[in-house]
Amino acid sequence: MPRTARGGEQTTLQARRRRSAIMTSLVWCASAICLLPLVLITAHLLVGGARVLGPRFFTALPTPPGVSGGGIANGIAGTLLLLLVAAAIGLPIGLGAGLFLAERTRTRLAETVRFLADVLSGLPSIVIGIFVWELIVRPSGQFSALAGGVALGVLMIPLITRATEAMVQLVPNALREAALALGYSRARTSLTIVLRTALPGIVTASLLAVARVAGETAPLLFTAFGTPYWSLRLDAPIAALPLQIFNYATSPYDDWRAQAWGGALVLIVLVFALSWLARRVTESRRERLNATVAGGAAE
Amino acid sequence: MTAPLQDASLADAHVRLDAWSVWFASTHALDAVSLVVPRGGVTALIGPSGCGKSTVLRSINRLDDGQAGLRVTGRILLDNVDIHDASIDPASLRRRIGMVFQRSNPFRRSILENVVYGPRLHGLATGDALAAVAERALRRAALWEEVKDRLGEPATSLSGGQQQRLCIARALANEPDVLLLDEPTSALDPGATQRIEELLYDLRTDVTIVIVTHNLQQAARVSDHTAFLLDGRLVEVDATRRLFTSPRDPRTEAYITGRFG
Repeated sequence: MPRTARGGEQTTLQARRRRSAIMTSLVWCASAICLLPLVLITAHLLVGGARVLGPRFFTALPTPPGVSGGGIANGIAGTLLLLLVAAAIGLPIGLGAGLFLAERTRTRLAETVRFLADVLSGLPSIVIGIFVWELIVRPSGQFSALAGGVALGVLMIPLITRATEAMVQLVPNALREAALALGYSRARTSLTIVLRTALPGIVTASLLAVARVAGETAPLLFTAFGTPYWSLRLDAPIAALPLQIFNYATSPYDDWRAQAWGGALVLIVLVFALSWLARRVTESRRERLNATVAGGAAE
Repeated sequence: MTAPLQDASLADAHVRLDAWSVWFASTHALDAVSLVVPRGGVTALIGPSGCGKSTVLRSINRLDDGQAGLRVTGRILLDNVDIHDASIDPASLRRRIGMVFQRSNPFRRSILENVVYGPRLHGLATGDALAAVAERALRRAALWEEVKDRLGEPATSLSGGQQQRLCIARALANEPDVLLLDEPTSALDPGATQRIEELLYDLRTDVTIVIVTHNLQQAARVSDHTAFLLDGRLVEVDATRRLFTSPRDPRTEAYITGRFG
């Protein structure tokens, strides 16, 4: 239909404005829905967990159902010990493998290792639990903190391997060549110059890996097993926050279920703290990198 | 192709390339380059991008060793010893042959730490003697006066020109016989460039310098000998003044008069 040019222009403009407003509000909605679960979970945890939170909750051992004043002290200590064992296994292996992948990028062995690391990181964690059960629990005849730590450590290996590889590849080749030209051997260049430069990134990735496995439950079910008693022995079953949450939440007792919320809150705070720490390290690294780039680009 | 004539007699040769060829996978980077770098003084390598001048430089301290697909033929002699001889350790070779790169690449540590990296590795000095070595290297690189009160500050806090002189000091701290520079001033402003050229002039008496440069005026200003490379071949090498005023090869003349490259 013929319309005046001016009127037509205005209609198009209005239509565009309308469409833009609709799209903007749709995107807003999507963002809000994305945030909603986290907000709800946190709110629910705060409401449900706050009732049981108190100094005793952190210092007391679990009590039988019906007996008030139970805590999760053994779960917190157990989780920390498990993470320590996991890091002792996952860190050196992951670091070494990542360094190897980054420095020997295109060899056939590197391609194989990279592929297997990806497969390993995609494995359901319960499969790793079964594997460690076969490997350690069955031969030794008992569930143990060591087995739980190994299971979490195996989970960490691919995470740290791929992160280390990525961070090491970010190190400018110019720094490698500077060290080589001074007479550093290839190995020594990797272990000193390259690793030192990539370190903040690797620390960040390691903290995130620890945070990631801290909440794992499945691989602990038949390795660490859990216990209502205080234990820090490597060769005996050990309590862990996720296991306690699992046991309490699936129990028929109200006070235990309330404690499950409390335990979940503590676990989430722990993971938050680790992620926040990782972020801080990343920020300081970015500042340092910026300083380097600015310095190099000056003049 | 006949070997280009060269003034320097072989007895004066500090570094000598003898029919040196390099392949990276299927790329033929250098084709039978024969070149004599006389002891002392400055030798400049010029030529258009991709002509192989950086490869020549990197061959002299074996920096490309171990690269996938690298294949070489011919010989490189340092003081008449084949640098690929089994008795030569690349690490000690690189101590004797320092290298400075196009972009300054200080380690992310203090100014002092940067300078003592090499001497510490090679055990040239320890303890207090290290500080003396660092001071000497920084003085030779004409940087001492500017940094003597801030040796503990991060090397990245220096300006671009200072960083490049720090990299020169870091290379000199190893007390090398030969200093290789790969377009050391291409990222610097004219003032910083001039300081480095003056520095090279002072260093030439006790170090043999080989410099790759894109800047023909720079080659004319700083070098005693100039070699012109094209497509991986050495076209001509001569005393700098003669090469720039009366080149023998028409391709050299075309390049230095700016007709290509």
